[in-house]
Amino acid sequence: MDQTIKFTIDGTIVTTQKGLTIVEAAKDNGIYIPTLCNFEGAKPKGCCRMCTIKINSRYMTACTTPAADGMEIESNTEEITDIRKSIIELLFVSGNHFCPACEKSGNCELQALAYKYQMLVPRFPFIFPQKGIDASSPRLMKEQNRCIACKRCIKTIKDEEGRNYFAYKNRGYALEVILDPELGKDIPEDLAKLAMENCPVGSIIYKEKGFDEPIGSRKFDKTPIGSEIEV
Amino acid sequence: MKDKILEITSKYGDDRGRLMDILIDIHDLKGYVDDANIEVLSEKLGISIAEVNETVSFYHFFTKTPKAEFNIYLNDSITSNLRGRTRVKEAFELACDATFEGKSEDGMFGLYNTSCIGMNDQDPAAIINDVVFTNLTPYRVKQLIKALKDGKSLQEATYESTGDGKNSDPDLKSMVFNNIRKGMMLLNKDYERFEVVGKILAENSPEDIIKTVEDSNLRGRGGAGFPTGLKWRFGRRVEGEHKIIICNADEGEPGTFKDRVMLTEFPDLVFEGMVIAAYATGADIGLLYLRFEYRYMYNYLSLVLEEMREKGYLGKNIAGIMDFNFDIRIQLGAGAYVCGEESALIESLEGKRGEPRDKPPFPVEKGYMNFPTIVNNVETLASTVKILKHGADWFNTFGTKDSLGTKLLSVSGDCRFPGIYEVEWGTSIREVIEMAGAEDVQAVQVGGPSGVLVSVKDVDHLGGTELMKWYKPSGMMVAQKTYDRKLSYSDLPTGGSIIIFNNKRDLLKEVVMNFMDFFIEESCGSCSTCRNLPYIMKQKLQKILDGHGVRQDIDDLLSWGKVIKVSRCGLGQTAANPILSSILNFRHLYEEYVQAMTDYDNTFDLEKSVEAANKFVGRKTVFHHS
Amino acid sequence: MNKKVIATTSLAGCFGCHMSFLDIDERILDLVELVEFNKSPIDDIKVFTKRVDIGIIEGGCCNTENIEVLKSFRENCDVLVSLGECAIMGGLPALRNGIPIEECLREAYLDGPTVSENKEGILPNDEELPMLLDNVYPCHEIVKIDYFLPGCAPRADLIWDALVALVTGDEMNLPYEVVKFD
Ligand SMILES: Cc1cc2nc3c(=O)[nH]c(=O)nc-3n(C[C@H](O)[C@H](O)[C@H](O)COP(=O)(O)O)c2cc1C
Ligand code: SF4
Ligand code: SF4
Repeated sequence: MDQTIKFTIDGTIVTTQKGLTIVEAAKDNGIYIPTLCNFEGAKPKGCCRMCTIKINSRYMTACTTPAADGMEIESNTEEITDIRKSIIELLFVSGNHFCPACEKSGNCELQALAYKYQMLVPRFPFIFPQKGIDASSPRLMKEQNRCIACKRCIKTIKDEEGRNYFAYKNRGYALEVILDPELGKDIPEDLAKLAMENCPVGSIIYKEKGFDEPIGSRKFDKTPIGSEIEV
Repeated sequence: MKDKILEITSKYGDDRGRLMDILIDIHDLKGYVDDANIEVLSEKLGISIAEVNETVSFYHFFTKTPKAEFNIYLNDSITSNLRGRTRVKEAFELACDATFEGKSEDGMFGLYNTSCIGMNDQDPAAIINDVVFTNLTPYRVKQLIKALKDGKSLQEATYESTGDGKNSDPDLKSMVFNNIRKGMMLLNKDYERFEVVGKILAENSPEDIIKTVEDSNLRGRGGAGFPTGLKWRFGRRVEGEHKIIICNADEGEPGTFKDRVMLTEFPDLVFEGMVIAAYATGADIGLLYLRFEYRYMYNYLSLVLEEMREKGYLGKNIAGIMDFNFDIRIQLGAGAYVCGEESALIESLEGKRGEPRDKPPFPVEKGYMNFPTIVNNVETLASTVKILKHGADWFNTFGTKDSLGTKLLSVSGDCRFPGIYEVEWGTSIREVIEMAGAEDVQAVQVGGPSGVLVSVKDVDHLGGTELMKWYKPSGMMVAQKTYDRKLSYSDLPTGGSIIIFNNKRDLLKEVVMNFMDFFIEESCGSCSTCRNLPYIMKQKLQKILDGHGVRQDIDDLLSWGKVIKVSRCGLGQTAANPILSSILNFRHLYEEYVQAMTDYDNTFDLEKSVEAANKFVGRKTVFHHS
Repeated sequence: MNKKVIATTSLAGCFGCHMSFLDIDERILDLVELVEFNKSPIDDIKVFTKRVDIGIIEGGCCNTENIEVLKSFRENCDVLVSLGECAIMGGLPALRNGIPIEECLREAYLDGPTVSENKEGILPNDEELPMLLDNVYPCHEIVKIDYFLPGCAPRADLIWDALVALVTGDEMNLPYEVVKFD
């Protein structure tokens, strides 16, 4: 049976194999749909809503929705672009993103998206939350005010028995992502470094690792996020 | 203590999926769960401490701080406020010698606020150690607390009066009232228990049953209105080692209490509906997800299930139908509105935090434990029994073309006769107001906070605006005199919550603010939009109410309200509706607050902002210039 | 053509944005052809002497003097520009937001590791000093701001492009490499 499917993104015809999500299928076709919480290899969970697209005048998340034959997808429309930009701005004001003082600056995906969408100032008022910093682990620091609750650490950082190092705490506006107090005590070095790497922002910091890359040669200094995908 | 915790976990087979039950049992044992208990659970269930905490910290009725002997959860819904909550609250504080969100010094009383507990027709109401107390007044509070101090039990304190109907049943004995004001097919007394399951089922094939439900055009009564027959057909078609029927009795939308009444008066009817659904779809496992606030019914409902097992209506070869095996378990929630959303409900059933899943896949493809799962509302399931008894044609004689059958309305707020009204679909808001004996009406909230605030004003002028293209509160907003709008899937679809406000109410300060607090508290927090925007929008509304608003602020609210529509589930998608629908229908209230003469104002207060520093350094606040 | 009049100031900032301004190098010669400076540390004019077209603000507001200066800029300038992270969102000074001001003062003047010669425990409370605010405020939360140029410090090219656009009325050109937050 032929497993090839065809659909359109902003009018461009895209072909792909059945079984891929819209984000993956778009990527294979050189179309970038911005994501934040999505992480290759981990089960998608539409938390950040950045990849919002419109199908049949309904909003869907492209990271969780399987591509299907005949779909007509709106992605880079004025409306969707403004929603995405709003989401970035929302994440900026709801945390404390002092980029000049952040270890992740230049390699941060949230910041990179703000660059891509040319955020000059958020439309929402700053909240300046005080969620504190958990520095109890000998290897990691968890700066709660930078966390965007994307779940990437929850999904990807596990011990041999499959237990999660990170988990949600509370709900609603009070939601946080915390490091397990016991497991965090002796998280292995490579896992700790991986946690920092997988975090899109500067919420998970490997201790004693500071600003080791000069401005100008960091990931997003010169190349916009997604440009490796776009043809 | 460790032994006792281990006893509990082993009772549930050390199954992580039963974490809700385990935690509820621990709370029954000692009132709260501490770090030591959590460590034991982590070890025994094979998950990290943080993961156990994830579930514990999600639910309102789980706590890590030691509880008092009597824990008083006072309903914080709008209807409670309308009926004198403030004075009741003060009476509790005085009588218990404690303040809210805290305990009395002697550890006897704990006072807590809680989201709507489904007693709007008899608010203010409170739950004290699982027992419901309704129609509270300062006097009753004083009496109640005195009785408890005198050593009376909670039961003794309630049994001084019991409610109407089955609320007085020896197995239920609750002071809750049904307040059934108008009954039609669901609430009339001509129900012959188990007739459909006992007789009619065997005469029909599952296909026949689905066909009949399809022909009846029954649509889900939980709010979304999905055609029930179609859902069952999908359910039948999907293959699965097990199939699950879930009855959604989470009933958390403020202002809704009809499922409470159905389960009180006709639990057998509801369970019968579940058995029918199981037969039609080939399901073998039934789960009733009962909100924690309705725990007072737990034993009563369990006894009905026991009776059904004895009579052969649950268990193996039900009603003599070979290989039709199905049983029902009751799962308690623990206080989370979002768990009414079907996929969040399923997560909760699996012992996790109630975080909605992405769709697709839908529960009917991959639900509870990844098995095909059909979720239906209490009222939907009850309706199917009547449909099978009387036929699809009969059912189609009720209602309007696009909305057939009847609807249970939960009416509360400023009216003489709050309670349950079973009406035909197509009933207008005006008729509801008249039925309920409401006068001097300013507004009607249809569908709870996530629904729409309907005004007497004409909204014609909004018909063609850009806004109307995306603002779909719960269906469509049509341009006509709003009180003649009809409850129906094409006009004003609703799960049945109707809250009436008279002209004395401050819609923005009292109502909209209360609803926004509800969403801020009840969001699961997973979506960036739903986690943050209700809070930010509420701040903006506060700015307007404080007299600092400008025109742009209203426009900002409207356009920010658009962003939240991309949230994952219905909670987030509707969380801005209190603000959006009040701007749409009551814009003049906003206009009264905003300043016409300026296009910029902030909330910055110079004098206040220097207060703390000046005080600390010992300096007077004096401004030399301007 | 009448030259546009510009004023600049540094509130709770580090003068880094002004330094970056000077980094436009020889283009400053072109600039003086286009504009004239009024109140600004660049020419050391201390008070407004005429109506200003464009006011450029570096830094957020941490004390009463910042507020006063910012308000006078709003009064005297047609257009206000928030230049740099501190003006836009408080920047590094705003790291103290949320920490009680008493704790900040105690750390700075009484108990902090760098406090060595304050045995009497004197706190700055002279009438002449500006009063400290409870938080550091972004400028647009105090007065209306028209344009925002991010960066810490903003790239000289961004400042140049933006200024030229404002002066000439042309569209602002924002290439990827100039809009940065650090
Ligand atoms: C936030 C939220 C809360 C909900 N709460 C309930 C509820 O309390 N009871 C209910 O039956 N459906 C509720 N629903 C709708 C369910 O997701 C689901 O559509 C319904 O249970 C399906 O049953 P039905 O088709 O019989 O209506 C809720 C939906 C959302 C988004
Ligand atoms: S710590 Fe980082 S990876 Fe984890 S949820 Fe927060 S932002 Fe995402
Ligand atoms: S919309 Fe709100 S409640 Fe629903 S999944 Fe998202 S965060 Fe959770």
